[in-house]
Formats: sequence, C-alpha cells, structure tokens
Amino acid sequence: MAEELKLFRTWSSPFALRVVHALKIKGLEYETIFEDLSSKSASLLQYNPVNKKVPVLVHNGKAICESLVILEYIDETWKQCPLLPRDPYEKAKARFWAKFGDEKLFSSIGNVLISQGKEQEEAIAAAVQNLKLIEEQLQEKKFFGGETIGYLDIAFGWTANLISILEEIMDLKLVDEEKFPVLSAWMHNFSDDPVIKQCWPPRDKLVVKFQAMRESHLKTVLSQ
Amino acid sequence: MAEVKLFGNWGSPFSCRIEIALKLKGVEYEFIEEDVYNDNKSPLLLKYNPVHKKIPVLLHNGKPICESVVILEYIDETWEGPSILPKDPYERAMARFWTKFLEEKCFPPMKQASWSTGEEQEKAKEEATELLKILEGTLSGKKFFGGDSIGMVDIVANFIAHWFIILQEITGLELLTHEKFPKLGQWLDDYLSCSIIKETLPPKDKLTASFQARIQAATTSK
Repeated sequence: MAEELKLFRTWSSPFALRVVHALKIKGLEYETIFEDLSSKSASLLQYNPVNKKVPVLVHNGKAICESLVILEYIDETWKQCPLLPRDPYEKAKARFWAKFGDEKLFSSIGNVLISQGKEQEEAIAAAVQNLKLIEEQLQEKKFFGGETIGYLDIAFGWTANLISILEEIMDLKLVDEEKFPVLSAWMHNFSDDPVIKQCWPPRDKLVVKFQAMRESHLKTVLSQ
Repeated sequence: MAEVKLFGNWGSPFSCRIEIALKLKGVEYEFIEEDVYNDNKSPLLLKYNPVHKKIPVLLHNGKPICESVVILEYIDETWEGPSILPKDPYERAMARFWTKFLEEKCFPPMKQASWSTGEEQEKAKEEATELLKILEGTLSGKKFFGGDSIGMVDIVANFIAHWFIILQEITGLELLTHEKFPKLGQWLDDYLSCSIIKETLPPKDKLTASFQARIQAATTSK
C-alpha cells in the first residue's frame, strides 16, 4: 500500500523544520501543506483540534502532533538511519536534553530578542548559562548523535539557524567561537550538512520576521 | 547486581509516578526521601540532577536519569513486565501527546484553580473545565487512558486522581465530579482501586494535613 505522508507546517516554524529534517534524513516522500496561522485551514483544525498548531504529520490518515512526539514516531516507524540511540540510558539523555532545549533554552533565547537594556543583559546571562550546558553535552563529538545527525541534533537544530539571525538583528554575540568552540563547530557542521542545508527557510525573510517581532514586543512594553 | 535508587518525596506526585512504574515492573528499589519542600536538598540529589536540582531522579547502576516522563520511558525500555507505553508507534505517539497535554495544558490551571481566589480562580476554573472536557472525550470506550490496563497517561494523571481530588475536598471546589464528567469519574474509581496504585499513593490524611498547613501558611502570611 502506498504510504501517504503529509506535513502541515509554516515557512518559518523551527518546530516544523525538525520534522522536515527527520523526513529528509529518512529519505521519505511527503506532501507539504503550508499553513497561514492567522487563518488556519479546516484540515489543520481537524487534524490538531486540541492545540491547533503546526507541525502535524498525517500518515495514512492518522495525525501525529507535537514535533518531538513526531520525531519519535518517525524513528519508530521507519527503521533506516536511526535518529535515537539504541541504548535506553543514551536515549534517556537525548530526551532529557531535548526537553531542556524546549523548556529552558528556547525561552531564554527568546527573552533576549524581546528585551533591552538591563533586562536584556540579564536575559543574555541566562541564555549563555543554558548554552554552556549544551556545549558541555557535545564534548568532543561532531554531532550530539555521534558521527551522524540524530534526534538531539534535530531538536537543537533551530539554534544553528536562529541564533545567528538574532545576533545580526541585535548586533550582539551569544555564541562566541572562543567561548563556545564545540557548539560553534556543531552549528557549522549541522547547517552545512547537505540534507539540512537545503531546508533552511529564506534568511532575509526570517530577519524581517524577527526584527518585526522584537519591535512589536518592545512597543508593547513601552506602552504599558 | 542491578542497583536501583529513587530520589523522591513522600508527597510528590512526580516521584509517585516512578514508584508506580517500578512496582508495575516488579523492580526492587531503594527510596531516598528528599526534603524538597523545605528546600533542604541533599548533596547527592544536587550531584545527580545539577541542571534542575529536582526530584525524581532514578539512579540505575550509578547512572542518573532525570525528568519523570523521561524516567518512565527509560523504565519501560529497560525492564520486562507490563508495558507502560503501547507497542504500536501511533499509539505510543498518542500516549506521549496526551502526557504532554496533561502536564503542559491541564495541570497548571487545575493547580491555579485550587490555590487561587477571586477572578484568577474563576478564570482558571473555566480553563480547567474546558480541558477536562477534552480529557473526558479521550476515554470514550476505554477503561483507562492506556486501554484495558494502566499506562503512562494514567500514571501521569495520578495528580488528578489523588492530589487534585484532595485539594477539591479541602477547598470545596467542584470542578471534577462524577456528574459533570462521568467517564473521568469512572476512571478515578477504577484507577484508585488498582492494588499497585492503592499501595503506592501517599496516605490521604497525611496529604490533606500537608495541604491544609500550606493553605494556613499562605493565608497567615498575607
């Protein structure tokens, strides 16, 4: 039976991009449905009635939501190019750090974008502390997964793209090559991987988007 | 010989999740009580969970695993016995999705509804009610969230079955009742009558007293 794979995403969602990366690494063919989140399609609302978000992967009519849940589903359904380690302890570590990335690192980087002055200095300090923990996890490995890109690389993938964009917008350095030699190298290796490289959303469009996000947030704060 | 230790607290719904899972698998373990509510964490806990400094932490042959849902999956993958997660990838994805839903969407307003007052409480009650309706829907045709036997979602929903019900009784909140949510009500009865659950949940009177003390402390400090 022909596999039917559809991915509901937006052009910029870093979470949806995780699923794109995983599907491409596994060599899977799929249909992309781009969503405008200000005007969600009936299909998206049907497939993700609880959270009404992207990404949603629909496999033979069955919808799977939440990017990290989707990554595990993809890995368990298609066995080629394994994403998660086999060993339960290594798997647990990967899941732990992916959770850390989503619950702590993401918001700490976001806080840098939407703040200024003293508040931003504090946000930067918090973000740097979190990034140091990630640097430590890499140790001397090329990827979190070892020699090849795996689940945790994909989970952290957004950092390889978005951090440099935020640095450009705000004219500051979060991931300094001297202070983060291992993480910097990982960001280059991940970004330049032939499978990953072809998936990045247009950089100039992302710069405009995040610039607007920053300005809108700062304006809201000022008016309070 | 395999050595299993669990850093937890008698009153924590999170470390209770792990105890249930270990008992389901028939794994012997040493429980190390951490005085977390008085911020009196042991040096060992801080060593094994330097990132979050929280319980539960499972120590298996000297290797620490942190974050309760991560630990639940680790237990399921490491030991034979009744499955905590289903075998089918789609069903596993559903279990993980509903676990996330419980933790990230349901529990915060339920806690807020229990501990707050006035407008804040009303808002939280409304939000929690909508979410409980969604949860009620997922139980259609099933005895447990896990199907015929308890699974990860049931274990994580521990908080609802015991802690939240006790908080309701203390505060007079009537958010989750058998009348309003017949399927959840039935699930509560079935879940609480499982022998492993009964023997692992913290004693109701002890938990009630602990909650009442916290409420007292909060009111007197205002």
